[in-house]
Amino acid sequence: MAATEYLNPDGANNDENILPKGAILQNRYEIVKVLGVGGMGAVYLTRDLRFSGVTRMCAIKEMISSTPDPQVRRLAVQSFEREANLLVQLNHIGIPSISDFFTESVRSYLVMEYVEGQNLEDLLESTEGMLDEKTVLSWAIQICDVLVYLHTQEPPVVFRDLKPSNIMLRQQSNKVALIDFGIAKVFEAGQKGTMIGTEGYSPPEQYKGIADPRGDIYALGATLHHLLTKRDPRLEPPFTFHEEPPRLLNPNLSEETNNVIMKTLEYEPDKRYQSAQEMKNALESALRGDHSQRPQSQTTGTQILSPSANPTTILRDQPPPPQPAAPPQQPPPAPYPPNYAPPHPQQPYPYGYPPQPYPPQPYPPQAPTDEPDLDDSILPIWNFKCEDEVRSSASIGPQNIYIGSYDHNVYALTKHNGEFQWKYPTDGGIAARPCLYKDLLIFGSEDRIAYAITTQGRLMWTCPTEGRIRSSAAVEYDHAFFGSDDYRVYAVNAQTGRVIWRFETMGPVRSSPKIGDELVFVGSEDGFLYGLDLANGSARWKFKSNRNITGSPALFKDIVIAASTDWNVYAVDAKTGYSIWQVRTGQSIISSPVIFNETIYIGSTDKHLYAIDIKTGRIRWKFNAGSPIVSTPAVTEEAVYFGTMAGELFSITRKDKKLRWKFKTDSPIPGSPIVAEGIVYIGSMDHQVYALPA
Amino acid sequence: MNIFKRLFSQPKPQPTIIEAAEQAAPQSETNQVDPAGLPPGLHVASLSDIGQARQQNEDSLLTLKAALQYDYGQENWGLFIVADGMGGHQQGEIASSLAVRVAAAHIIENNYLPYLEPARQNSANNLPVIELLQDAVKKANHAVVENVPDGATTLTAALIMGNNAYLAHIGDTRAYLFKDEQLKQITQDHSLAQRLEDLGQGGPDLVNVKNVLYRAIGQDSSIEIDTYVQHLSPNATLLLCSDGLWGAITEQALIQTLKEATSPREICTSLVAQANQQGGHDNITVIAITEGKEASPSST
Repeated sequence: MAATEYLNPDGANNDENILPKGAILQNRYEIVKVLGVGGMGAVYLTRDLRFSGVTRMCAIKEMISSTPDPQVRRLAVQSFEREANLLVQLNHIGIPSISDFFTESVRSYLVMEYVEGQNLEDLLESTEGMLDEKTVLSWAIQICDVLVYLHTQEPPVVFRDLKPSNIMLRQQSNKVALIDFGIAKVFEAGQKGTMIGTEGYSPPEQYKGIADPRGDIYALGATLHHLLTKRDPRLEPPFTFHEEPPRLLNPNLSEETNNVIMKTLEYEPDKRYQSAQEMKNALESALRGDHSQRPQSQTTGTQILSPSANPTTILRDQPPPPQPAAPPQQPPPAPYPPNYAPPHPQQPYPYGYPPQPYPPQPYPPQAPTDEPDLDDSILPIWNFKCEDEVRSSASIGPQNIYIGSYDHNVYALTKHNGEFQWKYPTDGGIAARPCLYKDLLIFGSEDRIAYAITTQGRLMWTCPTEGRIRSSAAVEYDHAFFGSDDYRVYAVNAQTGRVIWRFETMGPVRSSPKIGDELVFVGSEDGFLYGLDLANGSARWKFKSNRNITGSPALFKDIVIAASTDWNVYAVDAKTGYSIWQVRTGQSIISSPVIFNETIYIGSTDKHLYAIDIKTGRIRWKFNAGSPIVSTPAVTEEAVYFGTMAGELFSITRKDKKLRWKFKTDSPIPGSPIVAEGIVYIGSMDHQVYALPA
Repeated sequence: MNIFKRLFSQPKPQPTIIEAAEQAAPQSETNQVDPAGLPPGLHVASLSDIGQARQQNEDSLLTLKAALQYDYGQENWGLFIVADGMGGHQQGEIASSLAVRVAAAHIIENNYLPYLEPARQNSANNLPVIELLQDAVKKANHAVVENVPDGATTLTAALIMGNNAYLAHIGDTRAYLFKDEQLKQITQDHSLAQRLEDLGQGGPDLVNVKNVLYRAIGQDSSIEIDTYVQHLSPNATLLLCSDGLWGAITEQALIQTLKEATSPREICTSLVAQANQQGGHDNITVIAITEGKEASPSST
């Protein structure tokens, strides 16, 4: 009776299966054209021939069951008919009405009102730039209306497949309709094999088989997220909405809209809007721009960051970080809405102290407390003359001390008497301390190469870079880390010199990296302090100071300390890079901080050596050395040792900065002293290396 | 949790052979296993099985092992790749095979061949290993996208140089490290199931989740690749496998097998047999690499 011509009755979604124009279904519906092709079959535009006097158009959705098992197929058809019976009773302007359904062999058909227009997925794709926020909100409100209607049926009808391609915008109006109910789902059972890509808009509980009206709310939120940011959730790792709130991707959105969407996207259904009506109210409020009605804060909430003029960037593929606030008194604008945690949740500060609300004010300059000059200068135990300046610091081994000089050599001298053992020549000055690791000395030269030589002076490997190396290497976990003037930080296998990874900054890297448990911390002349992943060199975070970070960072538990030529010492959270506190000195700081007993010791070119409490940033004391300090101090239980540009090496007591002795050389001391077994070793630009009693 | 100390930490010195024999539990007469472990160097075995349910084997694998002797000792080099293909009409098989070959060719050309050159230590071609691995996988992706339009594949590759393994990974094939009787999953699955698990929404009763990946080779012209660095201490075993293995047997069974086996070959045959016993619903592929005991120190 219902003669329908098929090209090929078997199989699904085959181009050959699509009914041709002019084919007639059930002796009543004439195929005019194909509106679209889905996974289960096509959607056709048909003309209802029963009404011969007028042109009445219908949309017919075809579903082809691909399972070969007739039993399964029968069940699927029954399920489909049950759903059709349910849907035919629905009556809402936002839902196309259903007028008929029938099944022919392996195919089932649903006859619906033809909604002329464009679906939102196509619309989004064909629109340049972002869609208008208010327009999208008005659509969302209409959809909520439909959802309210569906969810209040007895029993509630859950749409289950809400997404942009299932929302039609009626032609020449601003009215939307939901098409394509989840009815097609009954035909999808038993799909084998691996799929790539996820539906993207489905809530987590849907994978537990739970069909809850609040799942539709999530799906609407996911749809809005996509419509307002153009970020397709099917192309991203599933359930990562919280890493990219809408406002981050589309800063023109209002905060209220942002918050409404994020609330719908809570993974726990109990934390979302509990009804479509509630969501509709929130959307209407956002549309009105009604700030008095803030959404409920139900999530863990972000702690407002310790405000600082130097915000931290969390590195993902992100737009640039927010600009630092001009007056230090105000907190910087939070890059994420205050109710939702940023991708790296704020670590609770572990020592029970809250972050300082404002950076501590610099202490007023104290009255000079210069000690009277001590007449009895100290005598060196030995000294050794190189052919050129000794600008860097030494490393101590069991027998020898190793130090580099601007005469291009690394020297090995016996510890106790300075006797020359050997020297290793490179083609450039050695500006950094050689790093002693097992029986290897690893160091860089201004000839752009990093070397590893044995403690006997034999070459093991070299690693070329493209810039002078002035940074000392740090070695841990069998890998050496160092920076070069070629703007990069290198991670190199300590045994073979093979480069494992390198990270590019925007300026020369002179700072010696500091290695933590999972991250390596290093500063660059580009002004940033970086937290890099140890294994692959990707930047977890970067912290911006206002000038260069030349010295090396120091690490104490979860706090990284770095100093900048912007005059400040910074304390930064090691896991996230958030600023904890900062302290201002009187001039730039080129050297590195040293931590001892929860106190930071650092010298500034403002001629003072500072002792700063690590937890609070409070200055315990400062000592006026009369001349700029560019080297890193050496600290023991008793004393602090440091050199100045006037060529003096100081030893002062650690607790109360009393002068113990000072030793005068003929030229500035830019290198850092090193103390071992009661002897202090120091090099000077007068070409000498000295050993002094501590 | 000090993940990286475990990754990079130095091995404890092994006792001499005589001491170990005194301490060891009684061994069976026929099984003359050196309790201190396999001889120095890499020991490798691999096995790929179609399983009980599938019509074809869409998994691919490659193993390549070398030992280079220098005056200061021996250095291992190895390349091991597992890939699990997907897509109808044999597209999966073609995709996984192509990806493995293209990635391997790139790594061999740019890492192994320069490695053999006499001037190795001062080699100008010092491209960081991590970047090299990522380039290799991107190249494989490009090949699959261009040539196998309906196919896709996972890929997990391990490049071993000396005592370190450098891994590149995408999809749900896995790399495990078995050391001191502890099993650690090195790679993270790029699957919907794993994401739900991360959110605390995992569980045994999930629907429509099996085998849904959100990242694979052949998915898109640009891809993101995970990389890992893993130190290999003496007697540690690196295991690469497809989900036909890890999805079929429990972690306990896996640990037990690794504990009891005396060679990589035994590990592979036992694991594949167990997976088949459990139904063999998918192709099963495994590569086992055991690092031998530490060589006696050479004089410097």
